Amino acid sequence: MSETMTAETADHPGARPAANERGRANHKASSIEMQGLHKRFGRDTVALDGVDLDIRAGEFFTLLGPSGCGKTTLLRILAGLEEPDAGSLVVGGKNITETPPHQRSVNTVFQSYALFPHLSVRENLAFGLKMRGMPAAERHTKVDEIADFIKLGDLVDRHVDQLSGGQRQRIALARALICEPDVLLLDEPLSALDAGLRSQLQVELLRVQKRLGMTFVFVTHDQQEAMVMSDRIAVLNGGTIQQVGAPREVYERPVNAFVARFMGHDNLYTISARKSDRLITALGELTAEDAGNGELLLIRPETLDLLPGAVEGPNHLTATVAERLYRGSHAEFRLAIGNTTLQATVNNRGRHLPEVGETVTVAVAPEDLVTLHE
Amino acid sequence: MSYSGAVPTARSRAMVRETRHLLFTVAPGAFWIFIFLVLPSAYLMGVAFMTNGPYGLPQMPLSLDAFERLAGVGFLGWSPGNLYTLLRSLWQTLVSTVLVVIVAYPVAYYITTCREKWRPILLLLVVVPSWTNQVIRAFGWMNLLAPGTPLSSLAESLGLVAPNMGLYPSNLAVTLGLVYNFLPFMVLPLYAAFEKLDTAQVQAAQDLYASPVRAFWHAVFPQTLPGLLAGTVLVAIPAFGMYVIPELLGGGKGMMLGNLVANQFAGSSNWPLGAAGAILMLIATFIGLFAMRRIGKRLGGGEEVVI
Repeated sequence: MSETMTAETADHPGARPAANERGRANHKASSIEMQGLHKRFGRDTVALDGVDLDIRAGEFFTLLGPSGCGKTTLLRILAGLEEPDAGSLVVGGKNITETPPHQRSVNTVFQSYALFPHLSVRENLAFGLKMRGMPAAERHTKVDEIADFIKLGDLVDRHVDQLSGGQRQRIALARALICEPDVLLLDEPLSALDAGLRSQLQVELLRVQKRLGMTFVFVTHDQQEAMVMSDRIAVLNGGTIQQVGAPREVYERPVNAFVARFMGHDNLYTISARKSDRLITALGELTAEDAGNGELLLIRPETLDLLPGAVEGPNHLTATVAERLYRGSHAEFRLAIGNTTLQATVNNRGRHLPEVGETVTVAVAPEDLVTLHE
Repeated sequence: MSYSGAVPTARSRAMVRETRHLLFTVAPGAFWIFIFLVLPSAYLMGVAFMTNGPYGLPQMPLSLDAFERLAGVGFLGWSPGNLYTLLRSLWQTLVSTVLVVIVAYPVAYYITTCREKWRPILLLLVVVPSWTNQVIRAFGWMNLLAPGTPLSSLAESLGLVAPNMGLYPSNLAVTLGLVYNFLPFMVLPLYAAFEKLDTAQVQAAQDLYASPVRAFWHAVFPQTLPGLLAGTVLVAIPAFGMYVIPELLGGGKGMMLGNLVANQFAGSSNWPLGAAGAILMLIATFIGLFAMRRIGKRLGGGEEVVI
């Protein structure tokens, strides 16, 4: 990492990005294999209930789920701060299930940053290197490099309590990165920041990961953040993995109602009857291209078209606008159909946006309909 | 113009009101401190520079006699007695404070690891002995350490003390008494420090390749340092001036500075010498506090440690 980083930061940033990326990716990334991980706290609290998960080398992998789903426990097991009751953990082909945290080439960015307040920024950054016995002069150079890398070179001689939240976050990231770990763990590192800074740091974090080609395991409860950042996402609930897949897969083809709801989908309807690919729900009859065998129908609000007036046609539903939320770039509608309601999102292309009380026709393409299990 | 004239009037009126408020709130405290701290201290200073009278009371003229006596210069030339007393006081303070830390640190940590509902009870158990009168507790130690008691017999049979001497009276008995007496004053601030310990820092240290010992040193110890220093001040300063424990447990060879001062105001009656001894104690205490502040700042990385 040091050579490439020097090349990049000292002379021409991004002059030969391809070479850098390749060099780094080959150098560092490690895969992770978890098998049958169980963890229980006390007598009754099951944090992990048999987790099998493979994370590829160099991947930005996100553990997504509500609080208490076990994502943080899983991360802490990766870090070695928690010991699993059962199961095995292999990183870079080496079984490290029993290895204590200080002997693992895994570093963590903590949610609270956990910077050492009695040390300067420089001492914080150098901490891991010092513990590994790197000579002081070498540490000094390394710290200057990493500080340049995260664009906080002028802060290294400050004290931690003189830093803003965003700066602390970056220092915490740099403190973990400087050790060039096989795997970097990030425990909701952006959750304490305000929205603007948060999206800015999301982009920065993503760039850092792509540039270093390091394996990142990221924990969050924010599905938007997970989708922006990740190569792949694992959705967890109740200590088990619900679904693993690329963001589009998880969002567009959730495997069950939990994942669908967690990804923000509200339009879920019980299928009361099927006639081959025709599905009968409270909305009426709809045809799905791939009807599957789930008992729930998922309709994503953004796949719907709203046509003015009542228009007959296949997969057309007549509805009344019950509510309209104008959001500028788009508008969200709550539509009454029979005794039930349907959410629809329509991009604002300057065309007519139906008013409350107006009768509209909802058109949905058969390929956009997904069925899933409860 | 009328506008600019009106503003200062309003402002000055507000200032008067503020000053009056300040006077009302600060004055009682200031008065108290003046009567019970400033005046007695000034009196003590004055007495120290006066001459010893026939009945031990201070009288004119002003002189440095008391300080000469304190330094050990007497009718028979220089004697090291007072110097020994000073050194003994410093040594006893140092040893007992270190021992208190050694005992209190794990105790305070242990209490924080207990279930929340047990912690107040355990803390109470630490504090309860100090509700008993110091004199009574010192007598308790006498009974435990006197010649012929099991502890003394054991020490004798191990050859640690001469036969029939017992563990009391001795400097060791004083040390034990001091440690016992001041333990709660160290446990409580350390407990407070341990209770708000940021475990994330400890985990961060482990995560950054610190072995358990180094994680303790780099992530736990600095966090408990304010409590440790506060406890050290609470223990060392009263221990340095301690009177009852060396008086009862130390015998003739266990005298500390507090006893020297007390004796001048009572038995041997030399008020100026007693006052000079008290000033010496004050100076030593200030030097100690100053040193602690420096240590705290250095170890705390420039952070202000409350003393």
